[in-house]
Amino acid sequence: MQRRNLLKMLAAVPLAGGAGRLLAAPSAGGAKLLVVFLRGAYDCANLLVPISGSAAEFYAASRPTIAVPRPGQPNGALALDADWGLHPALASSVMPLFQKQQAAFIPFAGTDDLSRSHFETQDSIELGQALDRTRDYRSGFLNRLAGVLGGGSLAAVSPIAFTDQLPIALRGDAKASNMALGAVARNGIDARQSSVIEAMYRNTALAQPVAEGFSVRDEVQRAVKAEMDAAGRNAMTAKGFELVARRMARLMKERFDLGFVDVGGWDTHVGQGAGTGYLANRFEELGRGVAAFAQEMGDEAWRDTVVVVISEFGRTFRENGNKGTDHGHGTVYWVLGGGLAAQAGGRVLGEQVVLSQPALFQNRDYPVLNEYRAVFGGLFERMYGLSPAQLNTVFGGVAPRDLGLV
Amino acid sequence: MNAARSWSAWHRSSAKLATSLLAAMLIGACGIPRSAPNVSAPDEAMQMRWLDRVSWGASATDAQQLAHQGMPAWLARQLHPGPEVLPPAVQAQIDAMTITRTPVEPLARSLDAQRRAADALPDEDPKKAARQAYQQEMQRLEREAQQRFVLRALYSPNQLQSQMTWFWANHFNVNARKDNLRALVGDYEENAIRPHALGRFRDLLGATLRHPAMLRYLDNAQNAANRINENYARELMELHTLGVGSGYSQADVQELARVLTGVGVASLAADAPSPNVKPALRGDYVRDGLFEFNPNRHDYGPKTLLGQPITQRGLAEVDEALDRLARAPATARFVSTRLAVYFVADVPPPALVDRMSAVFLRSDGDIAAVLRAMFESPEFTASLGSKFRDPVHYVIGNVRLAYDDRPALNVNPLIGWINRLGQPLYGHETPDGYALTQAAWASSGQMAGRFEIARAIGASGAVLFRTDDKAPLEKPAFPPLAQSAAVRTSLPAFSADTRDALAQAKSPQDWNTFLLASPERMRR
Repeated sequence: MQRRNLLKMLAAVPLAGGAGRLLAAPSAGGAKLLVVFLRGAYDCANLLVPISGSAAEFYAASRPTIAVPRPGQPNGALALDADWGLHPALASSVMPLFQKQQAAFIPFAGTDDLSRSHFETQDSIELGQALDRTRDYRSGFLNRLAGVLGGGSLAAVSPIAFTDQLPIALRGDAKASNMALGAVARNGIDARQSSVIEAMYRNTALAQPVAEGFSVRDEVQRAVKAEMDAAGRNAMTAKGFELVARRMARLMKERFDLGFVDVGGWDTHVGQGAGTGYLANRFEELGRGVAAFAQEMGDEAWRDTVVVVISEFGRTFRENGNKGTDHGHGTVYWVLGGGLAAQAGGRVLGEQVVLSQPALFQNRDYPVLNEYRAVFGGLFERMYGLSPAQLNTVFGGVAPRDLGLV
Repeated sequence: MNAARSWSAWHRSSAKLATSLLAAMLIGACGIPRSAPNVSAPDEAMQMRWLDRVSWGASATDAQQLAHQGMPAWLARQLHPGPEVLPPAVQAQIDAMTITRTPVEPLARSLDAQRRAADALPDEDPKKAARQAYQQEMQRLEREAQQRFVLRALYSPNQLQSQMTWFWANHFNVNARKDNLRALVGDYEENAIRPHALGRFRDLLGATLRHPAMLRYLDNAQNAANRINENYARELMELHTLGVGSGYSQADVQELARVLTGVGVASLAADAPSPNVKPALRGDYVRDGLFEFNPNRHDYGPKTLLGQPITQRGLAEVDEALDRLARAPATARFVSTRLAVYFVADVPPPALVDRMSAVFLRSDGDIAAVLRAMFESPEFTASLGSKFRDPVHYVIGNVRLAYDDRPALNVNPLIGWINRLGQPLYGHETPDGYALTQAAWASSGQMAGRFEIARAIGASGAVLFRTDDKAPLEKPAFPPLAQSAAVRTSLPAFSADTRDALAQAKSPQDWNTFLLASPERMRR
């Protein structure tokens, strides 16, 4: 078997003698992390497209109606390196970041969970616990990270989910807030009423979320007001995910350092399109949001920020009978930030394999070669200088995989 | 059903129910400090809490009826409801709806014709206008279904049936935003879910499988031999019956997907010819309203599901598979657990789930029997007042408390409140439905949102009684909560902190807002 020859180890730089660049300490004005969860399992094979040799042929043959054309063809992929191309819908958003070495991709990423269930796998990833143990649904990995960074106190690290409900990733002992940013409604409860209501809850288990709810509500109102002031000065009004992304950036710049947001609409079983079409439109909106987030953070804060875009699993490498794709396994993670390391930014990273029929997992999916807890573990070590004990608290029993991201 | 048998069964269960409630009341009575001795107070307060769980939220009228009929008789009518008698002002609103007046098949066909006609217009502007009109009509139909649901939840005497209709619609979730589902969700609820909400699980499962809303939502309308789409097959086992991790495999998903090939939706075009079925298979063709089984699209090869061969042919394979799934012990356990999470606790007592599962298996999935076992259990009684309300329960329970049986003339504001709290009806995107645990809902953002809704109801709930959005609100625009017998019964058990807050109210509106924002109102 020539599998070893097929493996390429790119940019897997060991963290030797403190060579890794630590971002600033994660207190005020320090390192910031945003996790973007694409719920529904996006089709990574049309995000990062094999463009050379036998892999490109295999890709085109496996996807007769939904393959993204090769670079140079109409609506063709944008070459990232000799092997990989990017979906053309990201030409004006993520591609420029990649060229500035502020974006990287990790293909063959994901979890070893094999249920192929959206919900089960999303939960499993958000929990970030070892698969061979009983699950504790009250402890998500971002919450444990917040606990480690701040010793559990909100003064040191301030996590928030920009979602209607608190996602599993942020549930746990450390304080975490949530507020959806798509449609921010006017407040009717005034300051006096807020304090009376807060007092009603002071001796209950809900005291903390109630107090946080009022505080975050005020922060969000301030951010929206700033946006409206800007709109008054003829600034473009953003829509959809871009609007949310700009608001997230304003809040993270000033108040929060650990963020989570989810974006749905990726479960493309039917008619997903190729260089254009449904999935292309989803990529376009997502890319525009990511680029807007970077812009709105401003150069200084963006240098200390890392955005990781993940999804629960990939999709079948072959097109299904309905011009779509079904639930698969390995996926592609995106890593973006103004301070990505020189050996990471503008690259496709991690352990890889040349795509061919024997390389597919169960003859249908991308394999997982870069396990997510190991990849996040490596990133957190670099970003925050976590000790092995701290890392073990976040991801119990993990062997971190250092891709030299920052 | 045998009336004599059912009467004697009720006689027995009423004794059980009374015993477990009495025990709970005695326990409760010791823990509740009372300023003046009032022998009936814990009794009434306990009845209110019990009503808060079995109905969408206790109201003074329900409490009276419960007191009048007695708990066992009241519960019997909930488990085996008669025809629904709504207040005339409510029934009139439902009768006037398009989804009531037009059966789903002609409705779906006429909308499809409207869409095609719009697409065929040659000029851009008229085309745009026609498409917009189509979208608005779809929107209106979805809104009608939401309104009908809310009106029943507020005013139906068959409260449990209404709660279970929501529960099953959530269990067999579809999302109105997909395809033409906005035109179908009303019928899905009315004809696939509601008639079986307290009936047999197998019938319910079969009815959802034959409904075009489900077949479109989970893509089975596109599942055909050699063009397999395994979406529905997977969720059918993972979410509808066995539950994830219960032992089925990826191979089972693929085999069930093959069983389901050809199960789809008939063409909506008026002039569409019947499919030209191969002569040998013509007898297998099935058409029932919008449901269609097309043998041309079915995979007739041999199949094995859960270790057993499928022995039937054609559409009968599907019934065979559903029988197998509905009767699997894993299904009894999975469904019983979901019911207990909805009605008892986020982590339901295992012994209770065991007993419910046993009843499920013994009764061949008789939902009312499983519910009865649950309602009669000491675990249920012990859990009263501790289950965190999801947004639908929070909003509907508060409106029932605030305005009792006074019929709303416009429930759109209420639908808006539910939407704002993140649980829109027919609006959950993914097939897992909404989570029903405190961890899923008691976040900081949710709490801040709830206080706004408490104020909206408590200060200007009169928005529900004007048909014209621009008309002035009636005076007073707030509900008479302080005068409500239901509120007065519950107040003594409220915490000192809540009563302190109420004492700080500067107006009736303020008092109402604090009451509805209180920790006690967050639970049922």
